[in-house]
Amino acid sequence: MAVVGVLALQGSFNEHLAALRRIGVRGVEVRKPEQLQGLDSLIIPGGESTTMAKLANYHNLFPALREFVGTGRPVWGTCAGLIFLANKAVGQKSGGQELIGGLDCTVHRNFFGSQLQSFETELSVPMLAEKEGGSDTCRGVFIRAPAILDVGSDVEVLADCPVPSDRPSITIASGEGVEEEVYSKDRVIVAVRQGNILATAFHPELTSDSRWLKCSWICLLLLDRHRFFLDMDKESDTKAFSALSLSSSSRDTQDGSKNKPLDLPIFE
Amino acid sequence: MATDGTGVVTVYGSGTNGAALLEPSNHKSATFSVKVGLAQMLRGGVIMDVVTPEQARIAEEAGACAVMALERVPADIRAQGGVARMSDPGLIRDIKRAVTIPVMAKARIGHFVEAQILEAIGVDYVDESEVLTLADDAHHINKHNFRVPFVCGCRDLGEALRRIREGAAMIRTKGEAGTGNVVEAVRHVRSVMGDIRALRNMDDDEVFSYAKRIAAPYDLVMQTKQLGRLPVVQFAAGGVATPADAALMMQLGCDGVFVGSGIFKSGDPARRARAIVQAVTHYSDPRSWRRVAEEPAEVTMVYGGSRREARGKSRRWQDMPISASRRPCNLPLLHEVGSDEHEARSGELEAHELAQPMPRRGGSPS
Repeated sequence: MAVVGVLALQGSFNEHLAALRRIGVRGVEVRKPEQLQGLDSLIIPGGESTTMAKLANYHNLFPALREFVGTGRPVWGTCAGLIFLANKAVGQKSGGQELIGGLDCTVHRNFFGSQLQSFETELSVPMLAEKEGGSDTCRGVFIRAPAILDVGSDVEVLADCPVPSDRPSITIASGEGVEEEVYSKDRVIVAVRQGNILATAFHPELTSDSRWLKCSWICLLLLDRHRFFLDMDKESDTKAFSALSLSSSSRDTQDGSKNKPLDLPIFE
Repeated sequence: MATDGTGVVTVYGSGTNGAALLEPSNHKSATFSVKVGLAQMLRGGVIMDVVTPEQARIAEEAGACAVMALERVPADIRAQGGVARMSDPGLIRDIKRAVTIPVMAKARIGHFVEAQILEAIGVDYVDESEVLTLADDAHHINKHNFRVPFVCGCRDLGEALRRIREGAAMIRTKGEAGTGNVVEAVRHVRSVMGDIRALRNMDDDEVFSYAKRIAAPYDLVMQTKQLGRLPVVQFAAGGVATPADAALMMQLGCDGVFVGSGIFKSGDPARRARAIVQAVTHYSDPRSWRRVAEEPAEVTMVYGGSRREARGKSRRWQDMPISASRRPCNLPLLHEVGSDEHEARSGELEAHELAQPMPRRGGSPS
């Protein structure tokens, strides 16, 4: 049985765990390096990347996370998770923050601006649709979101999105802040894949609630998104696919903690 | 608002639905999901009150997930009295420039122009706060009119759901800000959680009259019953001072913690901040943050004077007759529908009666 770890330092880890529960996969919270052992794959959730990096530092998680990513096991990062996985990030707090790396791209930490510029949109995701069927678009919720400025040759671009007109102009310090360039393209990359690393600048986990599943096609897309991630499991380890068998009896007992937080609803 | 066979489905804001979402390239900002989304990103984190950019940087370094930009922390508002208003926009801008984490700011209850100013500055969240002097004793801000999300205080389930109906995308307990005494915050979170547990076991037929009794919108009460929790993110606030207090609030079921005077009124703010952040992350596992909490804890907050004076002051607080918040939380709340001005007042009255013990209840409409 495959076990998916969710980095639970801060942020939307509960939402990810809920999405996993819904498709019958066992998810466990990861807060310490030793908890990474025995996991088949890892989700790094959204949240405040500065905060998550600080907390990961306190608990000396970075070496263990780098090793985990280095072994080639599937990793999915959303929003802050994307920043964590990038080889290079710009627009950070003074002094910078530590990254895990592994994904050959440059990320702007707060590309879309503050909360007033947060938005949701329909993303065109033909590659996802081709792989998983379903609609050609998916709902992308961008919360103070990062974006991918450029990618290496090994990186497959899964989705991009038009740059909103109300976005504050951001100067990108290239190199050591010597020369600055302004981002001038009209589209920006928001979802990429490199080998077993999947990263999205938006939050598929926020568009998930099985109670609404019956009446909302949005959630089907989310499941697709999750299955897409788990398929990478399958590619690397055929046994892992058995995780998708809906064994509802075992999954609740294994979750352990009694006062497990309940899920928030999905907002349309 | 639409219903399906199973229960109540609430559509927030300006009626988005599946058909609208199908259109490609529809770029929507300030939807309720985006407003709640930021609160969801803050879950499991600590939001710290700061009064200078330097403090904001200390908070960011310690691992705060957001900062609340203020002119005075609640402890000072209590000690100094006077009218507490929105912070100076210049200060908020400086704090925004100093950090990369979200910046929140407080507006007075009912003062929608202060909220408009905060939105124009570009703060990430507005706290419509009873810690400030209230501006409207009968109405809260209509938060649906804003693109910036709001967090509001509550003491019980009915109050929380009324705020959500007004457009709040995040809820916190009111507690007793600036005292370093967590008892009120515990009372409020116990009240909300207890009410939800009772509600979950209620027959659907009973929910109508229950909604009326707690003076909350029926559809939100029903949604809360189905979810088993508040439909938005719920933080603890008001009197959280130590790492243990913060972990207590998390174990009681909160999604995160606001810490106000507890950090920068303590002896070593950076260490206290770090300890509280770790306590919140590992709230269910005290062994992992025990070491940081082991330092001799300055539990009593320093109110300018000596510790003894501070202790005397907080005792005086304890003995203050507190109107509505003293009510036993597990009894049914006999609210009339128009009781919001009462709840708006009580928090504020407490804050101001301390400094200027002047009876102000006379003119209160009921």
